[in-house]
Amino acid sequence: MNHPNQVLIGAVQEGLPLTPRPYLEIGQRIGMSEAETIRLIDDHLRDGVIKRIGVIVRHHELGFCENAMVVWDVPDARVDQVGEWLGDQPGVTLCYRRPRRPPHWPYNLFCMIHGRSRDAVSHRIHALKQAPALAGIPHAVLFSRRRFKQRGARYAFDDAEGGNSDA
Amino acid sequence: MLDATDRALVNLLQDGIAVCERPFADAGAEIGLDEEEVIARVRAMLDCGVLTRFGPMFDAERLGGAFTLCAMRVPRERFEEITHIVNAFDEVAHNYEREYELNMWFVIGAESHEHVTETIDAIELATGLDVVNLPKLEEFYVGLKLEV
Repeated sequence: MNHPNQVLIGAVQEGLPLTPRPYLEIGQRIGMSEAETIRLIDDHLRDGVIKRIGVIVRHHELGFCENAMVVWDVPDARVDQVGEWLGDQPGVTLCYRRPRRPPHWPYNLFCMIHGRSRDAVSHRIHALKQAPALAGIPHAVLFSRRRFKQRGARYAFDDAEGGNSDA
Repeated sequence: MLDATDRALVNLLQDGIAVCERPFADAGAEIGLDEEEVIARVRAMLDCGVLTRFGPMFDAERLGGAFTLCAMRVPRERFEEITHIVNAFDEVAHNYEREYELNMWFVIGAESHEHVTETIDAIELATGLDVVNLPKLEEFYVGLKLEV
């Protein structure tokens, strides 16, 4: 990654300034024009370095205190299609394909489901299990019991790998 | 507490907003708020901790980081001890106890895949337990994160 990009990423790491023209202010900090700053960020949205301009929500503060990791053993030929569908369902906050590790771990599709109560999460899961895309698919539900460690991320990614940022 | 307008704003911001000269004005136009009010509400939600960050969300792997999800089967009587050992690693984040045979789930993040692998080896050595390594192979797009 070239130098102007690294400088820009450093400048927006802590978030955007809450001013009417945030990219003007970011640009001024690093000696770039507003137009150039916008163009570079837009390039990164296209190439995937930046996923979106958005917010990190603290689920717990909003009352979404329960989470479950739900894992599915989807035939390889269907996993992409099912994954796309699953990511779009209400309550699903993450959706990843991961390797199976037989014999102890047969599941290849992971999702996280957040809800305000265990009942609410169970209800969501029940609805998913009935859906045509997942009907009859072997699965397991792993509710969280305790969270032991929460570390600030070096980069502002919304969630590294499914541990999930707050619950 | 969030009012209905805050909730609409959070739902909008979770999906992501366009990159343009006046992003707050544009976002507000979608839900009938003016620029000043969008800024004030985002600031208030950051201040009270409902939001922890507003801005670009990076794909950490594309920035050069390496991550994986790990799981361990920890005997009940050793759970506290193992938690202590695992959490002492700087590379470990998001450690959860979950209700399953594989009952400890944590994320390892480091600057390279080699360092991730070394950390897994070191955890296995320090605990005497196997670590199941479940790296992300593909991420599916998640639409609205949560309807708040």
